[in-house]
Amino acid sequence: MSAAEAPASAPAGSSPAFRLRDVRQVHGARTLLDGITLDLPRGGFTALIGPSGAGKTSLLRLLNRLDDPVSGTIEFHGRPLSDYRIRELRCRVGFVFQAPVMFTGTVRDNLRAAHGLARAEVAPVDETRVAELLDLAGLDLSYADRQAADLSGGEKHRVSIARALTTNPEVLLLDEPTAALDPEVADRLLHTLANLRETTGITMIMVTHRLREARVGATYVVMLEAGRIVEAGDARKIMQDATHPRTREFLQAGEGDAR
Amino acid sequence: MSADMHPFDISWFQLAAAAALVLVALALSLWQRLGLEKGLVVGAMRATVQLVAVGYLLVWLFEVDRWYLVLAVLAVMVIVATFTAARRQSKSSGERRSIVPIAGLAILAGAGLTLVYVTTVIVHVTPWYNPRYLIPLFGMIVANSMNAAALALERLQSEMEARRGEVEAYLALGATPGQACAEATRRATVAAMIPAVNALAVVGVVSLPGMMTGQILAGADPALAVRYQLVVMFMLTAATAITAAITVQAYRRTFFTPAAQLKPRAPA
Repeated sequence: MSAAEAPASAPAGSSPAFRLRDVRQVHGARTLLDGITLDLPRGGFTALIGPSGAGKTSLLRLLNRLDDPVSGTIEFHGRPLSDYRIRELRCRVGFVFQAPVMFTGTVRDNLRAAHGLARAEVAPVDETRVAELLDLAGLDLSYADRQAADLSGGEKHRVSIARALTTNPEVLLLDEPTAALDPEVADRLLHTLANLRETTGITMIMVTHRLREARVGATYVVMLEAGRIVEAGDARKIMQDATHPRTREFLQAGEGDAR
Repeated sequence: MSADMHPFDISWFQLAAAAALVLVALALSLWQRLGLEKGLVVGAMRATVQLVAVGYLLVWLFEVDRWYLVLAVLAVMVIVATFTAARRQSKSSGERRSIVPIAGLAILAGAGLTLVYVTTVIVHVTPWYNPRYLIPLFGMIVANSMNAAALALERLQSEMEARRGEVEAYLALGATPGQACAEATRRATVAAMIPAVNALAVVGVVSLPGMMTGQILAGADPALAVRYQLVVMFMLTAATAITAAITVQAYRRTFFTPAAQLKPRAPA
């Protein structure tokens, strides 16, 4: 697809959360993203799918400026990302990493960290809020006093999701949050994320190579391969009737783990 | 030091006899196959040549008595210390370009400020450039600053590498780069200062400092030698702290972009 063409199937209706135009990213001599033009819808649940090395994580990391692209433009709610103060942008666009990192101290300390870092931007997290955040992440209140470092992998993921919510983000970026979890734990986490979307209406953009995760609840699907967009559009349409042969191949290959 | 107390003279012949002591280490190396023979021989020769040369340089400097020559010697000391501290850390020429100025600034500030304080407030050196005081004092200070800078660089680099995930997790929550790497900088500063703190604790009990020993051997009043040594210990502590703090604060900036992003690892 050339840069001048229309974005990969602009979602109808509301203005997009993110608008990417001819975005390129490299690491050394390697091209990670090769001219991405894409609108990511506001609201709902977007799944970024594609084989490993397709550039899914590289793309996600651009959206809260953990990295900047080497060329191209990205807008968030109609304004270029560089227009936002970096701290404001990162508070409004939360990020959940593939490998959860717990800060020193208890789960409560973790949930209070963001306010300690940015007192002007982030409201203090009182006990009511701690309970509310734990509930959204599917943890009961007894977790507040647990040492974060002692938790299991799945629990750490939940804490890092709750922690990302402490800044009241409008968008939550998730980088393969279930990759390191066993299927049962992964399922429960996905269920929690679905509840979270329902309760808060937060925009979720999740990288996944497990097709099943995109099938469960995704409203919009972007298929990437070799740094390019193969196909993007309404989830139901792509899952049932992908127009591009590469997407069909990928979806069929993924049937195996679709249980 | 009073003129009537002459230290016991060491002739060249006696020095050669002392060099025989190295043979003990050499014998051990041969017996245990330590492979240290070359290092010992070359090291002993280098030490001899370097120290004798420095001895003659000092004799000459004391005689010509020019402030600019003294400053030139101090500058050379800072430069050599800078490259020594930076060398271990910089694998590429790009890294060297960023690390050398940091180490240079940190060593110059840490050692320079301490030297100025000691020679103006405490020892009242006259004339201000008196090489008999400035050069030995600065030598001790610079050596400590160099070690502090090298330790701080090495530790911060490894902490930042090990803590990439943590640093990015903080950044993603809206932290500034300084907040995001606070634990790494704290640990690097501690690592750089530990030798100085330990030295304060054990001096006189475990170690008898070389300078004090030397002064006593040279006939000085032990009580005065002790006071000199305390001045030296305190000044080394200050130099270490200043150098460590500047190194860590300046070096940590090189890991981030202006947009508060952790720079990616160098591509393989």
